[in-house]
Amino acid sequence: MTSGKASPDTESGSARSMAWGPRLGWDRGALARRVSGLPKPVKWALIGLLVVLLYALPLLEIPIISTPDTDFGAVLFTVASYVLVALGLNIVLGYAGLLDLGYVGFYAIGAYTVAVLGSLQAQWSWWLLIPLAVLFTTISGVLLGAPTLRVRGDYLAIVTLGFGEIIRLTALNTEWLGAAKGITGVPRPPSVELFELPHLQWEGATAFLDLDDKTTFLFFGVADQAPYYWLALTVIFVILGADRMLRLSRIGRAWEATREDEDAAELMGVPTFKFKLLAFASGAFIGGLSGALFASRQGFINPESFQLLLSILFVAAVVVGGAGNRWGVILGAIVVAYLPERFRGFEEWRLLVFGAALLVLANFRPQGLIPPRRTRRAQAVDEQLEALEEGADRA
Amino acid sequence: MPEAPLAEQSAPRTGAALLELDDVSIQFGGLKALDGVSFAVREGEILGLIGPNGAGKTTCFNVMTGVYQPTSGQVRFAGEPLGRRKRFAITRLGIARTFQNIRLFGNMTALENVLVGADAHHRTNVIDALVRSPRHRREEREGEETAREVMRFLGLERRADELARNLSYGEQRRLEIARAMATKPRLLCLDEPAAGFNPAEKAQLMDLIRRIRDRGLTVLLIEHDMGLVMGVSDRVAVLEFGRKIAEGVPAEIRNDPAVIAAYLGTEVDEEGDL
Repeated sequence: MTSGKASPDTESGSARSMAWGPRLGWDRGALARRVSGLPKPVKWALIGLLVVLLYALPLLEIPIISTPDTDFGAVLFTVASYVLVALGLNIVLGYAGLLDLGYVGFYAIGAYTVAVLGSLQAQWSWWLLIPLAVLFTTISGVLLGAPTLRVRGDYLAIVTLGFGEIIRLTALNTEWLGAAKGITGVPRPPSVELFELPHLQWEGATAFLDLDDKTTFLFFGVADQAPYYWLALTVIFVILGADRMLRLSRIGRAWEATREDEDAAELMGVPTFKFKLLAFASGAFIGGLSGALFASRQGFINPESFQLLLSILFVAAVVVGGAGNRWGVILGAIVVAYLPERFRGFEEWRLLVFGAALLVLANFRPQGLIPPRRTRRAQAVDEQLEALEEGADRA
Repeated sequence: MPEAPLAEQSAPRTGAALLELDDVSIQFGGLKALDGVSFAVREGEILGLIGPNGAGKTTCFNVMTGVYQPTSGQVRFAGEPLGRRKRFAITRLGIARTFQNIRLFGNMTALENVLVGADAHHRTNVIDALVRSPRHRREEREGEETAREVMRFLGLERRADELARNLSYGEQRRLEIARAMATKPRLLCLDEPAAGFNPAEKAQLMDLIRRIRDRGLTVLLIEHDMGLVMGVSDRVAVLEFGRKIAEGVPAEIRNDPAVIAAYLGTEVDEEGDL
């Protein structure tokens, strides 16, 4: 009997939330309430300010967050591309509940489309290559999903794991795709040089305009990577909007229902296979887009760039942040991509620290740093219920 | 048990057959779960399906809702064979069900659970959702109206924004019914809806089942609780070891020697085994 089993489960779950949830989550909840309580114009002004700040980040060179060892613009781009990937994987893993361990395969297909058709085999325009890359990855998502989405859980994870490796090994062993030596001269986004923006320079707590260090808006070169970051950031905003629209619709509900109980969803009129395929294709779309941007920033790719470890990192970003919450996975991606760059000195310890952090997280915040909003609301309701129904008679 | 409703039911409702099982057999390896079962659920009636444990009641449900394909025989809904229709297609056709073990979408709100049911007939696609097309907006509005109406009918309107898994046991049972009703079925199949209920809750459930029927739905009820089945059903079909052993109005079933033997007999057998 599910109900008999479920109620002890919920009890232990809420006991845990009593122990950890309120203490860690309270401040943020209060902040969220305060922000949502603000009048609309103020709220929009705050959001606008945040957006401007995000775009200005590579110019501000703020000492604490800037990376001393690597170009900050480049780090920001890397973080942004992880964020993009995490948003895509969140649809697959967080919304639809499909464990995809081969997500790097889509990332690779996007990157290789741009590289092969833009440099190695043809010299097509970047404007054509990006939609093509997205188209190919979406199709590959459908092709991978159609046979494999009939298996569930662990089996799906294994099959997708294989997919990621097959893509890499195919690239490694095919001359036409550049084989092991990779592909150079990947086309960069076309530049439009409009004006120059100076960076800031910090001496202690005071900032000066550094007129020697300027970023040309929008020159996509090798040295200055800020424009790539701006491009990726813009794509993130578009994807975020689309994600929200899908989530708050029949489609988002169908994904969640499928994740919660696939058979029940099917029996309630949800064509679950179709929706799982759609989740896979949407995830592939975003992964491919991120890969294509990565290749056109990098200028050079080889199969080494698409190791299995990357898939694991992507999944880690989603799980660490909070699968199913778009802000959570963004935070997760930032943690996974930014911290190692910021603390390069500890690079050798990276995996150890990472493993330890995952263990701590699994124990104290099993649903991720920012779990889906409803989970938090559910915790609040749990607590209320517990207070109200102490020793209730209902079994 | 209230006696008054019994008298009211003794006049069986006559409607055309809505769901027909025609000589349906299901074989799992060497086990015959259903063996040539035929019965019909008539439009507008409450049909109780009873039988000892393992008699094949839930298997019957699974055949009707497309979970299993019959090894032989045919299931017809409104005269049309179900054939190899997918489960979601059968739901769209007008058969909805609840589950013996509650199977809600625990991490979705009560309202969202019901909305998933209402979505069964919706056609919003990715483009519609992305551009917030008129179809999307119409279906969202219509879906929410349906969902809220059904939840009001089941007395769940104040629980709409709570997570399904936080509802009480009785509310979860009702939410399952709400979710099924939101798919706008003609036939509602309830799989042991009274499991775990106390007598007062059972009485309420009987009332609810009648009110569902009065909304124009046909109800197929699987239940262990004899009092409930006999009290609420217009007709009763009895299964034992995958075979139908009796069918008729409650008063006939109560006095049917085969049924009495089936229920008493199994108990004697069990004791004999001990």
